[in-house]
Amino acid sequence: MDKFPRHDVFRLRVLVAGAIVAAFALVPVVSIWFGQPFYVTLVSRIMIFALAAMGLNLVLGYGAMVSFGHALYIGIGAYSVGILSSLGVTNGWVHLAGALGVGLVSAVLIGLICMRSTGVAFIMITLAFSQMFYFLAVSLKAFGGDDGLPLDARSDFGFLDLNNNVVLYYVIFGALVGTLYAFYRLIHARFGMVLRGCKMNERRMLAIGFPTWRYKLTAYVVSALVCIIAGVLLANLTKFVSPSYMQWTVSGELIVMVVLGGMGTLMGPIVGAAVWLILEEVLASVRLGLPGGMDALFATHWLGLMGLFVLIVTLALKQGLYGYLVGREGKSS
Amino acid sequence: MSWPLFFAQLLNGFQLGVLLFLLSAGLTLVLGIMNFVNLAHGSLYMMGAYFAAATFGATGSFLAAAVVAIPATLLLGLFLERLVLARLYARDHLYQVLATFGLILIMNEVVRGVWGQAPIFMNVPDALSSTVNLFGLPYPSYRFAIIVVGLLVGAALYLVIHRTRVGMLTRAVASDAPMVAALGVNIKLVNAMVFGVGAGLAGVAGLVAAPILSVQPGMGEPILILTLVVIVTGGVGSIRGAFYGALIVGIVDTIGRAFLPTLLREIFERSVAQAAGPAIASMLIYLLMATVLAVRPQGLFPVKHG
Repeated sequence: MDKFPRHDVFRLRVLVAGAIVAAFALVPVVSIWFGQPFYVTLVSRIMIFALAAMGLNLVLGYGAMVSFGHALYIGIGAYSVGILSSLGVTNGWVHLAGALGVGLVSAVLIGLICMRSTGVAFIMITLAFSQMFYFLAVSLKAFGGDDGLPLDARSDFGFLDLNNNVVLYYVIFGALVGTLYAFYRLIHARFGMVLRGCKMNERRMLAIGFPTWRYKLTAYVVSALVCIIAGVLLANLTKFVSPSYMQWTVSGELIVMVVLGGMGTLMGPIVGAAVWLILEEVLASVRLGLPGGMDALFATHWLGLMGLFVLIVTLALKQGLYGYLVGREGKSS
Repeated sequence: MSWPLFFAQLLNGFQLGVLLFLLSAGLTLVLGIMNFVNLAHGSLYMMGAYFAAATFGATGSFLAAAVVAIPATLLLGLFLERLVLARLYARDHLYQVLATFGLILIMNEVVRGVWGQAPIFMNVPDALSSTVNLFGLPYPSYRFAIIVVGLLVGAALYLVIHRTRVGMLTRAVASDAPMVAALGVNIKLVNAMVFGVGAGLAGVAGLVAAPILSVQPGMGEPILILTLVVIVTGGVGSIRGAFYGALIVGIVDTIGRAFLPTLLREIFERSVAQAAGPAIASMLIYLLMATVLAVRPQGLFPVKHG
């Protein structure tokens, strides 16, 4: 605070955010220019997980509810596309409406039950619900069961031809930027204030007269719906739906992304998802030509290195990468 | 449904419950006393199983496997506690979840690097390779021995916690740690001890599970989730809750998987039952946990302080 007057910090934050969004916008142009269309798919994946992490951040970062089961909603989104297309319904709007409808009902019901507990019990009950749906998906033999369900084509959105990877990329980009703007408005609106108030001191918010559970439940449902949209997009990107989207490790990775980037910041989850997935890609498949068999070590044991990375970040960084990037005064945004 | 089959499945459920109890007893203490979420507990169990299987492979003696595996897991637990986890006691649950999530990934890779991806096997000790006769029903003696070991551990824990000075301190720390510290008790030592005992019990669970399950990387995760279900259903921090919770979860899961598909076939059409049976059976314990938490958020057997 003493180094920068407030508006300068603000401007730095806007600059960084703008640079990140612009970089996402330019990826297809650059990668096709260099004849590397693979990167379009990679960055599409990054943006989908960024979207899901942003959704999770609403409850985790702003609402202080540690949900360990948000992979469930990615799964609901993905399975809505998968099940509807395997029944012969190809219309994308129907897919989206079905996913959001099913998601809304389940998120409200699950949210109502989960809200009864706090702390460790909340972590566990969200985990339990996502495991329940995971096993449900595994036992849906008609829709692939354990092996998953390949899709014949992507959702049909009429004038938007999603079978073109670049079009799909910009649809995902649009969803991400749209959600970013919506969250910006939401966090700075009265709703966001109340939610952040609950995080700081829920008892006091209750005493002032806010029905806090109503705000928390709404936040939970909104965050679930964002993850469901991410699930719909993920099924379209991979043309494949599998129970592994709902595995508990996916919920864990989403938490890693949020914390890695910076909880309770708008851009944090996006940075976190990008860093996490790029690191995964680099460690798992890029050969850096390191000496002494290090390459082979990375190739086979990259998951362990990811674990080490998580451990170090958890112990060392308290504000996440984005908080670190834009300075220590990151909390008030 | 025949009664001998039902009885055998009931015993299997009991045996799974006892195995879960060995894991949840340690974890519930860590969770209740230090308020620490340790997702790496399942990995300690996996390490215990590997230590046991590797020693057994080298010496061929179950006793040697027990003598190596249990202290080795205990020491590994203490080492991790000092090196990583103790730094996180004061932090939010979120960071504890994250750090231990990282530890799971690391330990899985360590195991994969040292022992390889393929499962390794361990034989049941010769003395326990036959069957025992329970009311006219033959039952594998090794599985029966697991039940006996689990009940003995449960009884020992009960005695230590309720009848000794150390147990009294542990209970005191659980209900008000700063006050106990102010009275001159070394809280760090109590914490490390509780964590060590928990890790040792995970080692016992790994040892007894190694001959009946396949020892492979990632074997700790499914059972970790079951353990968490047990703890939350039973009531966080309560050994009694862990005991009853583990038995309930073990029996409901085993009986559900064994008989629910057949039972549904009696009620619904064959095709419906075949699709829904396995699904509902594997969801059963999560339904149980959600119901318990919805009705009694503090669990079935919460700790009584004061």
